[in-house]
Amino acid sequence: MDNEILHILSKNSRLTNEQIAVMLGKKEEEVTKAIKEMEEKNVILGYPALIDWEKTDNDIVSAYIEVKVTPQRDRGFDEVAERIYQFSQVKSCSLMSGSYDLFVVVEGKSMKDVALFVAEKLATIDSVLSTSTHFVLKKYKDKGVIFNKKHKDNREAVVL
Amino acid sequence: MNVQKMIAPHIAAVPPSGIRKYFDLINEMKDAISLGIGEPDFVTPYTIREAGVYSLEKGYTNYSSNAGFIELRQEICNYMERRFNLLYEPETEVLVTVGGSEAIDLAIRTLVSQGDEVIIPEPSFVAYKGCTLFAGAVPVPLRLKAENQFRLKREDLEKVVTDKTKILIMAYPNNPTGAIMEYDDYVEIVDFLKDREIMIISDELYAELTYSGKHVSIANFEKMKDRTIVVNGLSKAYAMTGWRIGYACGNRYIIEQMKKVHQYAIMCAPTTAQYAAIEALRNGDEEVAAMVNEYNQRRRLVVDGFRKIGLDCFEPLGAFYVFPDISKTGLSSDEFCERLLLEEKVLMVPGNAFGECGEGFVRATYATSTEKLIEAIKRTGKFISKFKK
Ligand SMILES: Cc1ncc(COP(=O)(O)O)c(C=O)c1O
Repeated sequence: MDNEILHILSKNSRLTNEQIAVMLGKKEEEVTKAIKEMEEKNVILGYPALIDWEKTDNDIVSAYIEVKVTPQRDRGFDEVAERIYQFSQVKSCSLMSGSYDLFVVVEGKSMKDVALFVAEKLATIDSVLSTSTHFVLKKYKDKGVIFNKKHKDNREAVVL
Repeated sequence: MNVQKMIAPHIAAVPPSGIRKYFDLINEMKDAISLGIGEPDFVTPYTIREAGVYSLEKGYTNYSSNAGFIELRQEICNYMERRFNLLYEPETEVLVTVGGSEAIDLAIRTLVSQGDEVIIPEPSFVAYKGCTLFAGAVPVPLRLKAENQFRLKREDLEKVVTDKTKILIMAYPNNPTGAIMEYDDYVEIVDFLKDREIMIISDELYAELTYSGKHVSIANFEKMKDRTIVVNGLSKAYAMTGWRIGYACGNRYIIEQMKKVHQYAIMCAPTTAQYAAIEALRNGDEEVAAMVNEYNQRRRLVVDGFRKIGLDCFEPLGAFYVFPDISKTGLSSDEFCERLLLEEKVLMVPGNAFGECGEGFVRATYATSTEKLIEAIKRTGKFISKFKK
């Protein structure tokens, strides 16, 4: 049941526990308990909305940054990753296989804002060897959702 | 010349479907929600669309053989065996058609002569009756009962079979009721039919959309397989209504004759769609399962929602329809649907559009997004509350 709940929530986290229970043919208490447990175990970490900020008057610039680092003895990459992801400007941080080590998503108010953050905060961390910054120009699809394409119902209104 | 007089009486006599007015009403409305649509809300999965596009890019734009590409017929046979345990020969026992609709028409035309009777259990999809009349045969309605969950019972069948009966239409999972037939339900029907000269056309377009275990076909009964034409297609299961691919499987002599009619009337099913269908049947099982799972969740939501607002609603175990009983409101099906649309902007289809015995019921489709379904139930609840004492 947990997986089914997660699939439903990942598409629409605004459904009530009661509605989810009905959809899965379960009791509301069971669903409430399962969700609570998954929240406690940090399986469910939050319920953020997916927003196309470009359509608002908020100025937000995102950049994807490839970071090469020297891993630390005993702690591998975790320590340097922690030093990076604590910055509020960093929205996402992942350890990668391949030609660089950490993949960091940074958001700021302007390109300059982001560039300065990288130059002053990221690149200056001791074990960071190099960074390579790529600014996002346009987002087409995120978290499985296509931006700027409202699915229109083209069906005839009545079909027998 | 009076052109109207030139139209054949048996064509002119068939009335057009009676839902035109809802169509016109809803087209003038803003933010109405239609639960009147008998087709999936999903777009055809991308891998399938892509296969169609690819075939065009390659320039595959010719006719196929009349019966359809042999690769497609082979995939259909694999599918029928894999999903329903039905064995057919791709060379002789399968015909690819323009939707299940064409297969239904061909099957009826190939079997009936003037005056033959075709038993149509109602409420029912509207095409069987029309095709029967166009073929010069006589449709014989059989009234299915809500208390039997709209399943076919031997006693009801016995009452309508005569020595003129040529065809029995079976259509489960059912449009409009959402009813299914399980193995045990078929036993008494098969027992009754086995010594009679009656052919069965089994319309199984909704076979994949079965929510209580596995779909059973009447052709799964050994005595029945040879006298059953199974009609299926990709419209509902694969969300491919506009592609127009269906098929008929059955005894080779009958398929051969149906192919002759098809050859002269149609030539072959559209080939771009045939290429897409090959991909669908080959690699589409997971996509189908995901859509079925989603329909099932919505089904529970809608049945629960309707019951909570006070509509009697038997649990539909197939297709994507619920068929609630609205007689408690004191309205006819038509009045109910018209007022619900005008007052709350929700469109359902009156049950009597599917045969007289559908009066007192309405059909609502849950092939629509969860958000819209929740809103539609809320509005319908508001409407129903006007009739509570
Ligand atoms: C019961 C039933 N059979 C057959 C069809 C025809 O489907 P198609 O011609 O798209 O295969 C429909 C479509 O609504 C249906 O509901």
